Amino acid sequence: MAPILTAKKVTKRFGGLVAVNTVDFEIPDKSIVSIIGPNGAGKTTFFNCITGFGKADEGEIAFEGMPIQRLRPDQISRLGISRTYQNIRLFAEMTALENILVGQHIFLNSSWLSAVLGTPRVRKEEKMALDEAQRLLDFVGLKGQGDLLARNLPYGAQRRLEIARALATKPKLLLLDEPSAGMNPRESEDLTAFIRRLRDEIGITILLIEHHMRVVMGISEQITVLDYGEKIAEGTPKEIQSNPRVIEAYLGRGAATEGMATAHERHSKKAG
Amino acid sequence: MKKENFLWNSIKTGMLGGSIALFICLIGMTEVFSKRDVIEKVITLGQFVLLATSVMTGLIASRQTSQLVGENRSLHRLTAGLVAGLMTGVVLALFVLAGDKVNIRAVFLNATPGLYNILTFEKGVSGVWVLPVISAVSGLIGAAFLLLPQAAQKPLTQATLFLFFMALFSGLFRVVLINQGTNWEKIAKYLYGQTGVTSEGALIFFFAVVIISVLWSWRGQSVKTSVAHLPKGGKLTLRLLAFAAIGYVALGLPQVSGPFIAQVIVTVALFILMGLGLNITLGFAGLLDLGFVAFYAIGAYTVGLLTSYGPFGLQHISFWAAVPIAVLVAMAAGFVLGLPVLGVRGDYLAIATLGFGEIVRLLAGSDFLAKYFGGPQGVIGIQKPCLGVLEPFVKIDVPRVCNGIELGKPQDIYYVAVAAALLIAFVAWRLRESRLGRAWMAIREDEDVAEALGVNLIQTKLLAYMLGAAMAGLGGAIFATLIGSIFASSMQLIVSINVVSLIIVGGMGSIPGVIVGAIALIGLPELLREVSEFRYLLYGMTLIIMMLSKPEGLWPSQAAKRELHHVEASTEAEL
Repeated sequence: MAPILTAKKVTKRFGGLVAVNTVDFEIPDKSIVSIIGPNGAGKTTFFNCITGFGKADEGEIAFEGMPIQRLRPDQISRLGISRTYQNIRLFAEMTALENILVGQHIFLNSSWLSAVLGTPRVRKEEKMALDEAQRLLDFVGLKGQGDLLARNLPYGAQRRLEIARALATKPKLLLLDEPSAGMNPRESEDLTAFIRRLRDEIGITILLIEHHMRVVMGISEQITVLDYGEKIAEGTPKEIQSNPRVIEAYLGRGAATEGMATAHERHSKKAG
Repeated sequence: MKKENFLWNSIKTGMLGGSIALFICLIGMTEVFSKRDVIEKVITLGQFVLLATSVMTGLIASRQTSQLVGENRSLHRLTAGLVAGLMTGVVLALFVLAGDKVNIRAVFLNATPGLYNILTFEKGVSGVWVLPVISAVSGLIGAAFLLLPQAAQKPLTQATLFLFFMALFSGLFRVVLINQGTNWEKIAKYLYGQTGVTSEGALIFFFAVVIISVLWSWRGQSVKTSVAHLPKGGKLTLRLLAFAAIGYVALGLPQVSGPFIAQVIVTVALFILMGLGLNITLGFAGLLDLGFVAFYAIGAYTVGLLTSYGPFGLQHISFWAAVPIAVLVAMAAGFVLGLPVLGVRGDYLAIATLGFGEIVRLLAGSDFLAKYFGGPQGVIGIQKPCLGVLEPFVKIDVPRVCNGIELGKPQDIYYVAVAAALLIAFVAWRLRESRLGRAWMAIREDEDVAEALGVNLIQTKLLAYMLGAAMAGLGGAIFATLIGSIFASSMQLIVSINVVSLIIVGGMGSIPGVIVGAIALIGLPELLREVSEFRYLLYGMTLIIMMLSKPEGLWPSQAAKRELHHVEASTEAEL
């Protein structure tokens, strides 16, 4: 399958620190791909490079064959890349519905003048946007909570609302930054099924940063491992689980494969 | 708490209250306020403020003893109030005694014999004991108030506040009543004296509120439920009636209130216009602009230069033709200011815009540009609007003849300002509910995320600036024709600060909040001329108290309210 996103020799520095170091990376269309790595490995920084939050210092990122590393975040979003955030970043003082409506911003065309005049076109557009927002709200299982302020939603609902908002931009590629953070095993199982649905039913390509090994191994078709900003391994879950460099990065030399998941969870708990 | 402990506590609280009372005296408030009555021949505003301090001190001291137990509990609590009130009075009495021996006026300008006279109730040093006694009684009243059942506390508080309010704005109410005709004039003179309410008026106001309050707590809930159960049409009628009543008062007030109060109301209306404008930049988009007065100035100067008969008038076109131009010019200025500073965030943006406001003021008033803007002499001879058939298109000759109705008086301009404010409020409301409004709020909440969702930051922020500026420009345009002349010196930083404050007090991002904020922060102080000297002291105190007790503002925006209703509804459903 042709890759939907290609990154070539992407490097990002913060002063003397090389956060992402000449990483080559490809996401096949309609696949579910994960990036894993110990804390501080440069995963979120790499996300930021793709979405235009922090421009890559070197290298090239192409989305559907088009270079995007010089575009602004809003332009990248218009091309069809959307994301969620590791620490939930909803518009806290806006309602759940309004959050999703902001996600639809790029599909609404009314000018401020026609909005003031309340032309029939604007009203029709608003009505359609509202219906679509309701549909997305239902889709993520938040039916009837549209009028609540985002900050008053429970944690799990906030995560789902953030995904609904990202879906409102009708992305072709969705970047999820630790979506299962703070979830119990049952909730992360639901999440795994939900992510699969996104790909299978809507055909969205998924790029995932995740710490829960159960989620990662269960869902990913391809896994890329970053350590100190460098790509140290890439392959199917099976290949990654038995890759000695990955085990070394996570556990230190000589550790056993079986202990990887549990030890990793301990590791991330200590750090965060 | 031990007994000696609680006495010592009350003494400390009393001394604190005394210090506050002393502060009020030393800044000259007591003396100035003594020229106003609250109740004629009974209590002046100055005395009222001091006694209110004693009452509050007694109340606080008594509340601090609330964990005391035992048979004598009530007695202890009363003693605490009495001691605290006494101490408040003692501090002031000591001050009078000291002031009598040593002249401290070199340091404290307001420590005058006049002040000592007030504090000793005109009795001289020999009467110095009166104040502690009265103060102790006040403290006792404060403590006794706490012992009353809740059902009694509420009506008494409401009645006292209402009486104070009626007395404070007696000037306004008296004039309005007198202008209603001879019968009303008699009522006015019965209720109001020259500078406060009469004793009879005070009793009537006080007991009227007590009765209404008691009746409401008795029957209010059933009234509320019966209103809630009205059919939809009935509710609508009620709402329309309320709007009609507000509209009748708002439109009729300047006609019966005389020119001074009319001028105050126009000022309020102009601040509402500016507030609505800044509410877009600050309330919706979260861009703190401390130089907002610049756009007001630009609107005012544009109208001034285009319509003035004075030496700097360029065109002599009519006011109606000049207003749209002023709005467009202000909008363009918003664009020009916006471009360089929009890359700047938060605090830095505030400073950058502050600079812009000052630059506009200094340029307009400078000798360098005096041949265009009149420098410190300003632009004078600005036309009054004239309601005539072809007026908007006519280039007006000098001297100008108005063939229609000339809107010369502040009362007339008031209607122009109200019309403009209604229009702008409508525009702001529509914008808020639009795609653009949501993009603004998203930027306010988290501009990175907004951008990642496809919101073009530059474009959206520039629109916020330009539309806000346009509204301020409209306010400035009306200001120019109201005053008839404009001076750079009236475009001070404090105007911008006022606008920011009224938005915060009213409720960020809330359109009715702007109106409430403008009335509270601009209108009320203007009506209280006695207060004007201490305006910024009270202003600052109001802001601090507001931020501590009601940070969401007097009339918070819809989202917050909707939220509250939702929560209420769901908890009711659970029950």
